Amino acid sequence: MPDVDSGNTAFVLLCTALVLLMTPGLALFYAGMVRAKSSLAMLMQNFVCLAVVSVAWLALGYTLAFGEDAGAGLIGDLRFAGFASVDEGVPGLDLSIPPVLFATFQMLFAVLTVALLSGAIAERVRFGAFVAFAALWTVLVYAPLAHWVFAPSGWLAALGVLDFAGGLVVEVNAGAAALALALVAGRRLGWPGEAMPPHNLPLTMLGAGLLWFGWFGFNAGSALAANGLAAQALVNTHFAAVGGLIAWIGIERLRTGSATSLGAVSGGVAGLVAITPACGFLDTGPSLLLGLLAGGASFFAVQFKHRLGYDDSLDVVGVHFVGGVVGTLFLGLFASTAVNTVVASEGLLLGGGLTQLGRQTVGVLAATAFSFGVSYLLARGVDRVLPLRVTPDQERAGLDQVLHAEQAYDLGSVRTMGRL
Amino acid sequence: MRLVTGIIKPFKLEDVKTALESFGVHGMTVSEVQGFGRQRGHTEVYRGAEYTVAFVPKVRIEVLVDDADAADVVDVIAKSAQTGSIGDGKVWSTAVDEVVRVRTGERGVEAL
Repeated sequence: MPDVDSGNTAFVLLCTALVLLMTPGLALFYAGMVRAKSSLAMLMQNFVCLAVVSVAWLALGYTLAFGEDAGAGLIGDLRFAGFASVDEGVPGLDLSIPPVLFATFQMLFAVLTVALLSGAIAERVRFGAFVAFAALWTVLVYAPLAHWVFAPSGWLAALGVLDFAGGLVVEVNAGAAALALALVAGRRLGWPGEAMPPHNLPLTMLGAGLLWFGWFGFNAGSALAANGLAAQALVNTHFAAVGGLIAWIGIERLRTGSATSLGAVSGGVAGLVAITPACGFLDTGPSLLLGLLAGGASFFAVQFKHRLGYDDSLDVVGVHFVGGVVGTLFLGLFASTAVNTVVASEGLLLGGGLTQLGRQTVGVLAATAFSFGVSYLLARGVDRVLPLRVTPDQERAGLDQVLHAEQAYDLGSVRTMGRL
Repeated sequence: MRLVTGIIKPFKLEDVKTALESFGVHGMTVSEVQGFGRQRGHTEVYRGAEYTVAFVPKVRIEVLVDDADAADVVDVIAKSAQTGSIGDGKVWSTAVDEVVRVRTGERGVEAL
């Protein structure tokens, strides 16, 4: 058991609660964007991650990610399975908070990452098949990649790849896996010809607000201490969101004539995604610039699916994959030793040469290839045992009534009259 | 007896209701409906993807009247609902065979 600092512990306890809130926030963000008839199913696919991913993390995920390295920096050993011996600390990490708190803080990162995937396969996937995929993906994809990047003995961490709060582990990982899932699950009936507009944008705005709020805990908490680095990470997080919001609505105002509410929150989230790997290594100015770049990049990236024909329904690829890549590579340009002494090789534009940009590129390529490849095989495997898709009739009727025996909105008295 | 039906712009409902009350109409039924005429739909944009929304929100207003009042009531609705721009709606009347007041069982013109 390491020496515990009460200030740091109090801070990370609060940040853990903030990160927890991001999953319900994401649920609302997504649910507002789907059609009313499948909005509860969208909420459920997110909320169930709180349960399923937590159990998978307790049983195996944590130990595979943060156990003693079992060889070549690829995977942790089984010493912490079931959180056994968790109080021993994390191999290679000098913690000043209780290790069980670290394990739980990290658990909620895994929960959110799996929940992100549901946006790519909205309105058409069976609940049970999603639950099975979520549990297996936590253990087979999330935990190994977390070991590579977050555990000091992981091979990407040892290589010097920088990822402060999960640009690779959370964002690139979720985006690459989302593409694999969208390809295996196939397009929604009627997509892209049929209009499938969001049914409740105020819900989406509320969810985005909760995400922005929670992201302060996600990023600043990743300092694992109540110190100046945490403060800089929080400020950077805010300015990246601001940059993303400005860029998105600015571009769409010029191109389509209207600054939309969905555009504002999409841009804000794109900025938050991009700053996730970078928030602990940048100054404030570059963080605002990164947000602007990410908002612009995601605005154009969400159009790819229409050209390439894959139905990533809520743009997990366009926002999270693209934002994660932009943020991770941006560190190759602006990573600063003055902000964080962990930075061994400064960014290209700070006079550090190409070294860090090369490492970041290796990180992006490795995370993308691993996540996409294993996720694709896993989705195909799950689909053979538990078919991912509902039947066409069920999909037309809407998942809420078919899968959950509920309706999201019951605003009149006529619908359920005479039921008893 | 005739049933006068008007499809109007939702924001004109208050004007139409006031005009009908001034004329002396005792009751009406309104419902929120959607549709299109020559106005066609409008365009909405979500994350850069444009959708044509074919069915535009309208209000349907229905009034049961005596034969003698039908033409006047049609005019009252048409005049009070008019903005002069496209999408103002339509008003028509149709013949009604039978009307019953549920509370008393009165029939025909007495039930109006």
